[in-house]
Amino acid sequence: MVEFLKEVPSIRFMALRRYWYAISALVVAASIVLVLVRGLNLTVDFTGGVVFEVGFSRPVDLEVVRTALAEGGIEDFQVRTYGTASELEVRLPPVETGSAAEQGERVLGALGPVDPGVKLNRIESVGPQVSQQLGEQAALAVLMTLLLVLIYIGFRFRWRFGVGSLVASLHDPIVAVGAIALLGIPFDLNVVAALLTILGYSVNDTVVIFDRIRERFKSMRKAEPAEVIDRAINETLARTIIVSGCALSSVIFLAVLGGETLRGFAVALAIGIVIGTYSSIYVAGAIALDLGASARDFMPPEKRGDVDDLP
Amino acid sequence: MVAAILLALPNWFGESPALQLSRRDRGAFDDAAAAVIGDALAGAGIPAAEVYVDGEGRFWARFARVDDQLKARDLIQREFEGQYAIALTTASRSPDWLQALGLEPMSLGLDLRGGMLLVYEVDTEGAVSQLLQRLERDFRKVLRDARIQYQEVAIAGNSVHVTLRDSGEGAEARKALLDYDPQLTLAPESVAGTITATLTDAAVKERQSFAIQQNITALENRVNALGVAETVVQRQGQNRIAVQVPGVQDASEVVRLLGKVATLEFRLVDPTNSPLEAARTGHAPLGTRLYRQRDGSPVLLKRDVIATGEQLIDASFAPSQGEPAVSVRLDSRGGEEMLRATRENLKRPMAVVFIEKERELVERDGREVALDRSKEEVISVATIQGVFSNNFQITGLSAAEGTELAKLLRAGALAAPIIIVEQRVIGPSVGEDNIRDGTRALLIAGLFLFAFMAFYYRVFGLIADVVLLTNVVLIVAFLGLFGAALTLPGIAGIVLTVGTAVDANILIYERIREELKVGATPWAAINAGFDKALSAILDSNVTMLMSGGVLFLFGSGPVRGFAVTLMIGILASMFTALVGSRALIHLAYGRRRRIERLAI
Repeated sequence: MVEFLKEVPSIRFMALRRYWYAISALVVAASIVLVLVRGLNLTVDFTGGVVFEVGFSRPVDLEVVRTALAEGGIEDFQVRTYGTASELEVRLPPVETGSAAEQGERVLGALGPVDPGVKLNRIESVGPQVSQQLGEQAALAVLMTLLLVLIYIGFRFRWRFGVGSLVASLHDPIVAVGAIALLGIPFDLNVVAALLTILGYSVNDTVVIFDRIRERFKSMRKAEPAEVIDRAINETLARTIIVSGCALSSVIFLAVLGGETLRGFAVALAIGIVIGTYSSIYVAGAIALDLGASARDFMPPEKRGDVDDLP
Repeated sequence: MVAAILLALPNWFGESPALQLSRRDRGAFDDAAAAVIGDALAGAGIPAAEVYVDGEGRFWARFARVDDQLKARDLIQREFEGQYAIALTTASRSPDWLQALGLEPMSLGLDLRGGMLLVYEVDTEGAVSQLLQRLERDFRKVLRDARIQYQEVAIAGNSVHVTLRDSGEGAEARKALLDYDPQLTLAPESVAGTITATLTDAAVKERQSFAIQQNITALENRVNALGVAETVVQRQGQNRIAVQVPGVQDASEVVRLLGKVATLEFRLVDPTNSPLEAARTGHAPLGTRLYRQRDGSPVLLKRDVIATGEQLIDASFAPSQGEPAVSVRLDSRGGEEMLRATRENLKRPMAVVFIEKERELVERDGREVALDRSKEEVISVATIQGVFSNNFQITGLSAAEGTELAKLLRAGALAAPIIIVEQRVIGPSVGEDNIRDGTRALLIAGLFLFAFMAFYYRVFGLIADVVLLTNVVLIVAFLGLFGAALTLPGIAGIVLTVGTAVDANILIYERIREELKVGATPWAAINAGFDKALSAILDSNVTMLMSGGVLFLFGSGPVRGFAVTLMIGILASMFTALVGSRALIHLAYGRRRRIERLAI
């Protein structure tokens, strides 16, 4: 039998929870500050504007391209490389008159002198009306998911655990967004999809541990709550590591091999999976514990009589 | 399972770029004509993978690469000018027996096949203010005609206010206005001599949805005229229309063609001169103009226009007395002209001309000049059977013709302005790259997981591998079944599902190992493993499903594709892990009554 953990480990996770609280709080605060100060690298999905992906037949110098665009009468542009050195992304403010496609032809015209073989591979043009709405929808979607998760967990596990998992599920996307801001990953609709998936995934992980906690509270009636929670986490640790490892390996393959379009999405997911795993161990369980989770939370009502508590 | 494999199978063979040709005269292709085109392609050195005529008499040519497809299209356009309608499309590579079963590969999203997405916003407020302006104009005219003097007719909010000069004429004015339009809602006269007509919420809504429907019809017509297969025009949210055109090459050309402005003209047919003669000589007699009907036959119309699309309020297909009919409503100005024309031309034919204008930027002497080009077509010729004004019916057509005519009339009515609010163009080569990268990531991630599971859980791991594979087949089958398009985030969804689908299996297997450690017999361990892992599997998957559901509700386009694959994947993984995996374990170990050790 191949095993990561030969024995069920007996790490006393809960004993150290105050330190982890502090670290988590610090990371969350840092993430918020980072987003506020540095800001997110918002794509046209949320700012409105036009992006052209242009492909050259050979690697080109960014400065040469900038000069060519300026000489071609294009204003207010931003240029960055996209994937390889022969592919660039040119970004312009929202189109006022005419269509983005016509503007694309002007961009191509301006870049012709740099490389006659230049091609327009992709155009994304999002008007201000749409981008504003997309932003609102994204925020609404995150709130909806949080609400649903809280209701479901509260329904299945009583409120202490509901709060624990809610804090964990707030914690995860915030830290993930912080990491995205730190790494300057373009923040587009796909990344929002990744954030929602992180939410779902983090709760998924948490629920498996909670499920075991529930079971152990029933079977270890005499034990201290901290001891019960530690035991549950330790028992599910092998599973947690393997599952997270599998999911992580998948998204890493996606980030490396899946092409430029999916890279931001995959990296966001990878960050989220790592944080989600940590938070379901430390944040969710620990908060439930500090809110006073105990065996009573899982006793079926009819068994709550005095008789059952006697030896 | 067999059904799922069958459903998923066409995807294994995939699709390749193709051209679909149909004859302009709607006749069927014969083998000789197909052979001529085939030879022309071969002669130009364009390798076609397959050339055939389908059951409906259309010609198909399949190509290995998009480049060849485009070259072939240009060649056919050049060599057989005007003979065929050419559509760029894709053809399934599946063997004939699969296609005979009606099984098709799932459709690919624009990000995978290349193409263009345009989202138009209909200015519904503009549409309502157009309506109010028309009311204002008509009110003035109605009052003038009734010889009632007014001080002011003005628009305020969703109402039109009338202040009469003589406050005693309120009753007459109300009567005149209601005679003009019985559906008006007039507020009770609070101040003598003032009348307020307010658009009801229902009327506002009706006008807005009319504006959207009208634009959808107009866009559909123009998109169909592009000759591209599998285009989509659909309403999106409150007041937007999304247009998807796969595989376009010239985005600005498409934008221009879709941005045409349509209008109508009601004209009298010239009954004296021969249209055939005019068509032959190319000279229309004085005071007339030569037009073509939709079937190509010539018709001579008088130069004077009775009414235009701007005066058309509504047109709908409304059978009367069991006979198909299109009922048309004009505003008061158009109605008055119509009254005069019909009174003088009873029993003579009247025609409706559909005009589409497109603005083209042309270079003249180094400057860009906007040039309006218009396409005019007679969409209806009908005999005037009675004297009518702003409400009349066009009869004598089949139900299909009637619906089509009503659609065209609506499309030609004064259009609510539309603007492009979102535009995405993905080149075909980018689509090809996306497919290649996506499937490669899926393949390698899958192989890695399969190897890991087999290594870590041995026989049980192999069982999990079979289950995972089933899972992917199920996702693909269901996507095809629902007609959902596969997008790049959708592929990511499959990769992620494969990564997390192992979760259910791992939960069960870890549980079985635990049970074995505390000394349970193999069978007891297996059963306990499945039973005890059940609640964790259910709870954890429900939350993933919830975020998938929210994503589906709020997301659009590719993100939705991700949500769909995620949800299907989660359901499939729950099913396969709980049912499929257990069945396989029983199959592997069931024959032996007593098992000493489990290979886990």
